[in-house]
Amino acid sequence: MPGLSLVTVGASLVPADPAQLLPAREQMAFTLGFHIILVPFGVAFTFLMLIANARGIRRNDETALLLARRWSQVAAVLFAVGAVSGTMLSFELGLLWPRLMGTYGAAFGIPFAIEGLFFFLEATFVAIYVYGWRRMRPWPHFWTGVPVVLSGIGGTLSVVAANAWMNQPGGFTMRDGKIVEVRPLEVIFNGAFGFEAIHMLLAAYMVAGFVVAGVYAAGMLRGRRDRYHRLGLLIPLTVAALATPLQIFVGDIAAREVYRNEPAKFAAIEAVPTTGTHVPEVLGGYYANGKVHGGIKIPSGASLLSGYSPSTRIQGLDAIPAEVRPPDRLVAIVHLSFDVMVGIGTALLGLSAWYALAWWRRRDLPRSRWFLRATTISGVLAVVALEAGWVVTEVGRQPWTVVGHLLTRDAVATSGNLWLFFAATVALYAAVGATTVYVLRLLRRRWRDQGGATETDVPYGPPRSSESAPAGGQA
Amino acid sequence: MSTFAAVVLFIGVTTYAVLGGADYGAGFWDLTAGGARRGRDPRHLIDHTLAPVWEANHVWLIFCLVMLWTGFPSAFAAIMTTLYIPLGLAALGIVVRGSGFAFRKVVVKTDHQRATGAAFATSSVITPFFLGTVAGGIASGRVPAGGHGNPVTSWINPTSLLGGVLAVGVCAFVAAVFLTAEARTYADAGLERWFRRRAQATTVATGAVALAGIAILHADAGRLFSGLTGRGLPLVLVSAACGLASIALLHRAAPRLLQALAVSAAGAVVVGWGVAQYPYLLGTHLRIDEAAAPDATLASLTLVAAAALLLVVPAMALLFVLHQRGHLDTT
Repeated sequence: MPGLSLVTVGASLVPADPAQLLPAREQMAFTLGFHIILVPFGVAFTFLMLIANARGIRRNDETALLLARRWSQVAAVLFAVGAVSGTMLSFELGLLWPRLMGTYGAAFGIPFAIEGLFFFLEATFVAIYVYGWRRMRPWPHFWTGVPVVLSGIGGTLSVVAANAWMNQPGGFTMRDGKIVEVRPLEVIFNGAFGFEAIHMLLAAYMVAGFVVAGVYAAGMLRGRRDRYHRLGLLIPLTVAALATPLQIFVGDIAAREVYRNEPAKFAAIEAVPTTGTHVPEVLGGYYANGKVHGGIKIPSGASLLSGYSPSTRIQGLDAIPAEVRPPDRLVAIVHLSFDVMVGIGTALLGLSAWYALAWWRRRDLPRSRWFLRATTISGVLAVVALEAGWVVTEVGRQPWTVVGHLLTRDAVATSGNLWLFFAATVALYAAVGATTVYVLRLLRRRWRDQGGATETDVPYGPPRSSESAPAGGQA
Repeated sequence: MSTFAAVVLFIGVTTYAVLGGADYGAGFWDLTAGGARRGRDPRHLIDHTLAPVWEANHVWLIFCLVMLWTGFPSAFAAIMTTLYIPLGLAALGIVVRGSGFAFRKVVVKTDHQRATGAAFATSSVITPFFLGTVAGGIASGRVPAGGHGNPVTSWINPTSLLGGVLAVGVCAFVAAVFLTAEARTYADAGLERWFRRRAQATTVATGAVALAGIAILHADAGRLFSGLTGRGLPLVLVSAACGLASIALLHRAAPRLLQALAVSAAGAVVVGWGVAQYPYLLGTHLRIDEAAAPDATLASLTLVAAAALLLVVPAMALLFVLHQRGHLDTT
């Protein structure tokens, strides 16, 4: 039984781990990993939709309006799945990590309460926007989409504030194992809040941008080079290409912040076994038995990047007390995930630069088919980078749930067979995930068969068609 | 201050019970609407009525969870470590229900609609049942203050089962009245009759369960019983009166009035539970003020609640008004 062997592996790491620890961690990772893919579509895809919408109204561009309307249908499906998978996470916070919530809820919960507010607004206006296409006037309808984008941003900032608090907890006083005083502003604006929140927000815009651009790039590779596909690629790719350099910049700041304030995580990221200066930057490689095997070493690279000088001192894993030192296996995961994230980020920066250069020179997309191929896979890559980033921040915090205060093994539920819950969750999520993909492909096939705008598809139907709108607009 | 936070929490619970409950109940009628052809019209109305509002209604659940774990963290942990089986099943039910509903709107083949629709509808019945058993477990004092109560008997017991069945019944009742009213606004006499008959039947059934429940509570949950027959009695009577009035007026009254009556009937029961339980959060062993978070946290929650009142309530009102006036197109 694979489950059984995993339990014994988990148990051998720290002798006193509860049996629930491994399934709880696996389930949290799985459901968070699932949910996080949907987040960019609630947060940033809606922004792409509004760009197309505004362009469509202002320039009387039927193609842009058609894109906006179809995107809103996709957003509606993904928002629904995201809403319920997010609810699952709320339940899991209590079902899997009751000690975290019971002890720290008074502080940790505050950002979530604010997030709830944004979620309310988002859910309400998403519905008005998605179902308002035909019977509302164009500009009022457009404006009902704006709160969706704003509350998406607010919601992201709030949830990331909660996550950042686990990394750099503050704003509370404990006595006898109980929180007796809370300073809400310090909880929300904790040390890790700023860079984590902006990093995630930009990640959402990159993922949504590259994924959507990738869909239309794939269509263009298959010869569908009409204006509909071109615009469907241009809008998201422009947003993603603008977000990418900003993201590299913010990521660089984030890494230095982690170096300063979360030294244990930084040691795992850079796979630094012993404290010292002139620490090399190791690209790739596998960390085991206290050293990195393989990989490319850049002499003093890590020291230079963290403190602009080769003599910058970086704390190694050996500085962490043995009982809370992450096992080698986790260090290897964190280090590789970080490299995957940065590597993909760099590649996407290259793609963005290619696009920017062609646009600057000729006001057009690069002519090479390789550009379309690269754009097609950029969406998948962006999702991988997003997941890798979350692995870095979540696995990199281990063995802590709340750094310095609560170990993950002390946070976990201590009763019940969580493997059963995990198995049921995986089965259900597999079905939901597969059906989501099926439903999106179904929409694509339906729209492809329809070709351009049809009677039922044209937004702002009756009043608009009575004006002299140009028909179709694309093949 | 802690009482105020508890009141805010309970407003959330009541709102979710009514609005979310109506959506669950619509799933109940979806499930029982019969074969693809026979059930097409009712399902169509359910789909049209639910599509724009269910997600906003669903957020009330998140609101309750967040208010509970932030405002009363130890009670939240106690509930979660005791009632994890029904809560875990409810969470899975919520995932299936929401995605099933969203998928059904897109798929076109009958058997695909049937599969996604069945996922939506079945979980719409299961989920409120489990949430009802959770309410029963809490109300009958089966969640110890330190948590880790009996994982089985805390929700498989007379009061919990009553809570589960009553939850499904009340959801179905509210939904049937709402959909009767909805059918009337579309002047669809056949559909109106379809839902009216079901509203009447559910009232009788739910009323019978509630009457039987008096005996069950008397035997199984003495404190809740004395609370509901004492301080909570006016609310119980209001609930019964509104329930009966909504049925009596089902033929004639304006749709808006019918909906208000159904909401009051369902809401009064839940508020009655809260009043009966005051000043305790769990049984008679954890008082609201004992479980409450520090004042600064409660003040933050108050701010959030005030912001919700200023922003969320008008936004949701706008959504409901647009929907009722037919400005939202769900085809």
